[in-house]
Amino acid sequence: MSRAYTRFLLGKALPHFWCPGCGNGIVLAAIARALAAAGLSPTEVVVVTGIGCWGKADDYLNVNAFHGTHGRALPIATGIKVNRPELTVLALMGDGDCATIGGNHLLHAARRNVGVKAIVVNNFNYGMTGGQYSSTTPGGKATSTSPFGNPEEGLDIARVAEAAGANYVARSTVYHAAQVEAYIREAISAPGFGLVEVASTCPTYFGRLNGMRTATDMMKWLRDVAASLNAARDLSEEERRRRIVIGKFCDRRAPDFNQRYEAIRRVARESGFNPGVVNIGR
Amino acid sequence: MARKRVSVTIDPRLCKKCGICVEFCPKDVLGPGRDGVPAVLSPESCTACRLCELRCPDFAILVEEAEDGERT
Amino acid sequence: MAREPDVRYLQGNEAIAEGAFAAGARFFAGYPITPSSEIAEIASRRLLELGGVYLQMEDELASMAAVIGASFAGVKSFTATSGPGFSLMQENLGLAVMTETPCVVVNIQRSGPSTGLATKPAQADVMQARWGTHGDHAAIALCPCSVQECYDLTVMAFNYAERFRTPVVLLADEIVGHMREKVVLGGPRGVEVVDRRRYSGEPEGYMPYLAGEDGVPAFAAPGGPSLGRANSSMHDETGFANNTPENATAVIRRLHDKVYNARSEICHVKEYMTGDCDIVLISYGATSRAARAAAMRAREKGLRAGCLTLTTIWPFPDEAVARVCRRAERVIVPEMNTGQLIGEVRRAACRPDVVGLNKFNGLGIDPGEILRKIEEVRT
Repeated sequence: MSRAYTRFLLGKALPHFWCPGCGNGIVLAAIARALAAAGLSPTEVVVVTGIGCWGKADDYLNVNAFHGTHGRALPIATGIKVNRPELTVLALMGDGDCATIGGNHLLHAARRNVGVKAIVVNNFNYGMTGGQYSSTTPGGKATSTSPFGNPEEGLDIARVAEAAGANYVARSTVYHAAQVEAYIREAISAPGFGLVEVASTCPTYFGRLNGMRTATDMMKWLRDVAASLNAARDLSEEERRRRIVIGKFCDRRAPDFNQRYEAIRRVARESGFNPGVVNIGR
Repeated sequence: MARKRVSVTIDPRLCKKCGICVEFCPKDVLGPGRDGVPAVLSPESCTACRLCELRCPDFAILVEEAEDGERT
Repeated sequence: MAREPDVRYLQGNEAIAEGAFAAGARFFAGYPITPSSEIAEIASRRLLELGGVYLQMEDELASMAAVIGASFAGVKSFTATSGPGFSLMQENLGLAVMTETPCVVVNIQRSGPSTGLATKPAQADVMQARWGTHGDHAAIALCPCSVQECYDLTVMAFNYAERFRTPVVLLADEIVGHMREKVVLGGPRGVEVVDRRRYSGEPEGYMPYLAGEDGVPAFAAPGGPSLGRANSSMHDETGFANNTPENATAVIRRLHDKVYNARSEICHVKEYMTGDCDIVLISYGATSRAARAAAMRAREKGLRAGCLTLTTIWPFPDEAVARVCRRAERVIVPEMNTGQLIGEVRRAACRPDVVGLNKFNGLGIDPGEILRKIEEVRT
């Protein structure tokens, strides 16, 4: 392990605690490479993690780190970013953190367009607690709490983030590791809220219970189930729902929360901080 | 044009033997080795695409290339 | 240099907001809830003026999380809420305890459980302020009984939060929050403001949870030369996870000791006519105003009553309560709940005969009711 990006890694902490074939390490490496490519130094970066397997990622990163509570990585990161806009703030969340217990925070971080970058590892189940279904487990799939199949449908994180107003949204899989890094790099350099969702492997639980006993089985599944945005356009709605659509969903340049807040501060200052004299069309 | 020489190093202390690198190497450079740790079977076939390194979940693989004759 | 006193006529909630800004708060995250919303409204305006940031979050879980994030980033931060919101904040109040992130949570108490008698006054979150978040932890909670104290105790709350790197609860009630009184801002020598101790050593040598002699670690904000690290999981001085029994014992012990060893510094009470009293009224918040009026009326009737007003309720001021109760024949604890702090009084005084005056119908306790109780318990 000798690359420029290793300055973002805590080499002494390796090997990490994730299971053999877990995709978390692939995303971790992609993050370190993207940070190095962005020319950042570790002191300029803050990672905020939640709880779950991916929530342990900060243990291996040589940057400022806040290991928080389950589902709350985004509001913690928001509190950091709005006060210190010069820092690169990444919220590392699993599908439980981001889309399930913290789903409401996802909507509002995207709507607020706060300059936090969410790197979401979606392994379609709760790995840390033994493979129960999460809000992204596809309908019908087996988990330890849906042994006969999941009665609920999975949430499309990327499309939700796009609809809620995020500036940058992309999705890939750990099979497409180079693309993951490229998307993270773009998200870091884009203004406003960015989200990169990475569909990942969990051979220990999700794979084992759904006919994919090995890491390579899961990787093959990701390879085959993935459909590019272009290819997905020609699929029926039903077929599209069975696939993982990968690609860049949006790349907007709308002003982020801090820019808008400072614009309002200027208006307020000009009014002498007297809301009564500001004409905002009321 | 000088031909690149590629070296693929696998760190057995970090490898968890998941098999991803062996399965998806486009040139079958890697194969099963002793104790499940992958072995570099045909380094001359390696095109330095780095897919094994990028897809290794455990930071166990390093792909380096050098001009022919240089030590890597 | 002595300044002209800045005398205002303010509402309790307004005084709390001004106290926060005087203490250096530059970030507020919250979710509006009666009877605390004025604090958010004032913060939304004043923080623009002061160069800070106001954020209206999607709920109180997020509000508390954002406050902690902001403080981790080096900015003094607070939120304001009432019972239902305070319940949601409990999760991340524990996060602030464990990560040793200074912040102030204002709870303008209203009646419950749940939506309850929205939004009538109560003092029923006393135990929630102590034990609301899960796990063993110390707690600091201050109870203002006047608009002046709304201002002064908010400054004090920030100072304790910074000094001990822990969340501090300003536990006010609807009566005090919505009351209007004269208040002197700033004081003649300005407000005494405490800031968290900053790390000044070699960047590589920084350990985010290496405590000083007072049990409080030094702070380094991200973006500086050292890497900051906060961890909700059990950790050692490095900030990285360490689940050994020895480490867990040391961390939990230190988190307690850094607060409880400073009890004499943190615990404030006020005494009125306790020198010779036979009957002592122990109260806090708005109720202590009625208690004082009742004690005065009792004196007019020849009954020697006195008052002990608890400014700090957590840590509980054991010594002052024990001392005052030792001298008194009867002890009455009036509170707007079915009896919460009375248990602490009984424990600290070692007196099971302490009598409660409890009201939980959405109305404040008035002096006449306390006077009747005084007359009832005199033997």
